[in-house]
Amino acid sequence: MDYDLSKPQKMLQQSVREFCQRQCPLEKVREIMETETAHDPELWQGIADQGWIGLHLSEDHGGLGLGLVDLAVVAEELGRGCLPGPFLSTTWAATLLSKCGNENLASKYLPELCEGSKIATVACFEEEAGWAAEEYTTVKVTDSGEGVQLSGSKQLVGDAGVADLMIIAARGEMGLTLVLVETSADGVSIVATPGIDATRKLYEVKLDNVTGVVLATGAQARQALIESQQVGNVAVCAELVGSMQWMLETTVEYAKTRKQFDQIIGAFQAVQHKCADMLLDTESSRSAALYAAWALTEGTDDADRAVSIAKLFCADAAQRVGGNSIQAHGGIGFTWEHDLHLFYKRNKSNEFLFGDATFHREHVAQIAIGAA
Amino acid sequence: MDLNLTPDEQSFRDELRAWLKVNVPEEYDVQRGGEDSTEYWQYLRDWQKKLFDGGWAGVSWPKEFGGRGATPIQQSIFLQETIAAGAPEHLGVIGEGLVGPTIIVAGTEEQKAKYLPRILSGEDVWCQGFSEPNAGSDVAALGTKAVRDGDDWVVNGQKIWTSFAQGADLCLLLVRTDFEVPKHKGITALLVDMKSPGITRKPLRQMSGDSGFNELFFSDVRVPVADQLGPTNQGWKICITALMNERTNLGSSMFTFFDQAIDGLLEHARTRKRNGKLLSECPLKRQKIGQAVADLEVYRLNIARALSRLQRDSTPGPEGSMLKIYWSEMYQRLAQASMEILGDVSQLKEFDGGDWVYRYLRSKGSTIEGGTSEIQRCILAERVLGLPKSY
Ligand SMILES: Cc1cc2nc3c(=O)[nH]c(=O)nc-3n(C[C@H](O)[C@H](O)[C@H](O)COP(=O)(O)OP(=O)(O)OC[C@H]3O[C@@H](n4cnc5c(N)ncnc54)[C@H](O)[C@@H]3O)c2cc1C
Repeated sequence: MDYDLSKPQKMLQQSVREFCQRQCPLEKVREIMETETAHDPELWQGIADQGWIGLHLSEDHGGLGLGLVDLAVVAEELGRGCLPGPFLSTTWAATLLSKCGNENLASKYLPELCEGSKIATVACFEEEAGWAAEEYTTVKVTDSGEGVQLSGSKQLVGDAGVADLMIIAARGEMGLTLVLVETSADGVSIVATPGIDATRKLYEVKLDNVTGVVLATGAQARQALIESQQVGNVAVCAELVGSMQWMLETTVEYAKTRKQFDQIIGAFQAVQHKCADMLLDTESSRSAALYAAWALTEGTDDADRAVSIAKLFCADAAQRVGGNSIQAHGGIGFTWEHDLHLFYKRNKSNEFLFGDATFHREHVAQIAIGAA
Repeated sequence: MDLNLTPDEQSFRDELRAWLKVNVPEEYDVQRGGEDSTEYWQYLRDWQKKLFDGGWAGVSWPKEFGGRGATPIQQSIFLQETIAAGAPEHLGVIGEGLVGPTIIVAGTEEQKAKYLPRILSGEDVWCQGFSEPNAGSDVAALGTKAVRDGDDWVVNGQKIWTSFAQGADLCLLLVRTDFEVPKHKGITALLVDMKSPGITRKPLRQMSGDSGFNELFFSDVRVPVADQLGPTNQGWKICITALMNERTNLGSSMFTFFDQAIDGLLEHARTRKRNGKLLSECPLKRQKIGQAVADLEVYRLNIARALSRLQRDSTPGPEGSMLKIYWSEMYQRLAQASMEILGDVSQLKEFDGGDWVYRYLRSKGSTIEGGTSEIQRCILAERVLGLPKSY
């Protein structure tokens, strides 16, 4: 048993970290988040040139043929840098496209996504259905004989404002149907719905008789969607870990320099113990996130459970770490000027993405109780 | 990264499982005599002897001292598998986990020859006499004193909370041998025969009802200088090594203990009813179940990561404090959540033989024993995060 990153993975970690520090320090993150789309084409191309988009996809599809632990390594560092832009959306869409079993479309679009010339996202969430694939009903799909038509709307679609392609989870005669549409197609309207995290924009997508191409239907669509969400969750958990790591380091640094009552505040146990709790939460989350990435790559029997456990644990831990971090900073931690809130807000949004802690606790309980 | 067991680890586990299958004795019926009865202790000593004869005593000890030379991961497999197989509790936990490894590092050749084999065979049961009424977290402030008289140390003072002392043969005792120097520099470690004249044992009852720990009184107890462990006034360093070992040892075996508790909890949840519905149908109880399962799994993964690191870097570091905080606080959450899930009847002694009540109470000691949660957090803050000492 060896529970550590490999040498190449450690090198990958180092290069993503340096890339973020060089290409997108937090001043730059702020600049980008103030724009309408939080997308910087130059930064995006830089990430693509490194090969990090779709690095877990096969080389035939423009990927690097690496595993999900490698994806987690990259996502953790992007989370540590609070990098803005459509990395998660595109990673999710590319993963989904690769799992639909439509080789023509996969080999047409995936290389473009990996090299950065196209951006993609997935439109899936509906308020009444949440993240449960069984229950999507809002977008209807009908077959006119010359391709399918979609009508309806979806919420919380990440980066739709900059995406070229969108995969829609719709409902039709064949049950759940995954449809690929171009965002420039007639009848697509994309409305910004600003949320808590300004570094990653969310949109409502309205479809009025939009023509698209079917990627998968029924059980196959469901399976592909669920698997792509699992991969998405691995990346989200890793992002959360990276964010917690930043908060931990920043807080400890501050605790070593800030003085009150003639001593540095890091000498007060009330502050020390918050830092110790942040360490414990961050490291425990890392254990859970790495394991989920590994289990899913290996296809172990408990991979599904591992992903849910990682998500519920990281989501709750990130709340605690964020709370401790702000509290240990005092007033400065509550200001717009301090960078803490960027991470704190990103974490909240990540907490919801692909199911929150309550959702995944229920899933874990179901597995535990069901297994007689 | 590869979380599968290596072929070596697998064959270690398979061999152990096969051995346990044939050798684990029937469960002891506590009705026949209490946990402190001579009969029960004999039952536990017999088990240790069996492990010894089978080559499974001291798995992590080097081969030259009669151990099996197992890696940290193999040791962890051993601890988990023995509990999973329903093996008796480990009476020699202090001797094997704490005293032996310390003697191996700091002992003379005579001491190694005299004590190590008897720890493994279960002939000697050890206790750890560190804490005193006025020296708990600040154990270096201990005041039990030893004065040289010819070839003996003469010991006077009092220890408290000494687990296993009710029947132990020997005690790893920390005494003050120099009152003039800073507190850490005047402590010496002694290997004390508990039959020595002048030692009085007084059991203390725990809130769980167990009489697991004791007060020890020393009145002019003579300990030969040959039984001093390590150099005079170097006992603190030795004590730290011992405490580090204690933390790593406590971790792995707890996993299986909690795992079995959750299995029991799930079994009830699937079959017992409340308000006309199965417990497992209540959404709130399901949330608690999901959390308990997740907490334990993350603990398993934390252990695996720590073991993997230990395997690479060989000496246990302050990260052990992380595991200690995690499992002891999880134990309390698990015990609390379990009783909430099971409901009113779980308070009865007849319900699962009082297991849930026991866990609920016993877990309160876990955040105190082996260094309190507060002290562990200070250790993390200082030694891992580099914050200044607060005391
Ligand atoms: C089940 C059990 C078994 C035990 N077995 C043994 C044994 O076999 N041998 C042995 O020698 N001892 C044993 N102990 C004793 C144990 O090690 C001590 O109880 C423990 O170290 C705490 O010491 P104390 O009880 O004197 O509490 P104190 O040290 O008085 O602590 C009281 C409270 O103050 C807090 N506190 C103390 N100092 C600080 C500080 N600097 N900063 C912040 N908070 C602080 C503590 O965290 C605690 O909450 C056992 C204890 C238990 C509960």
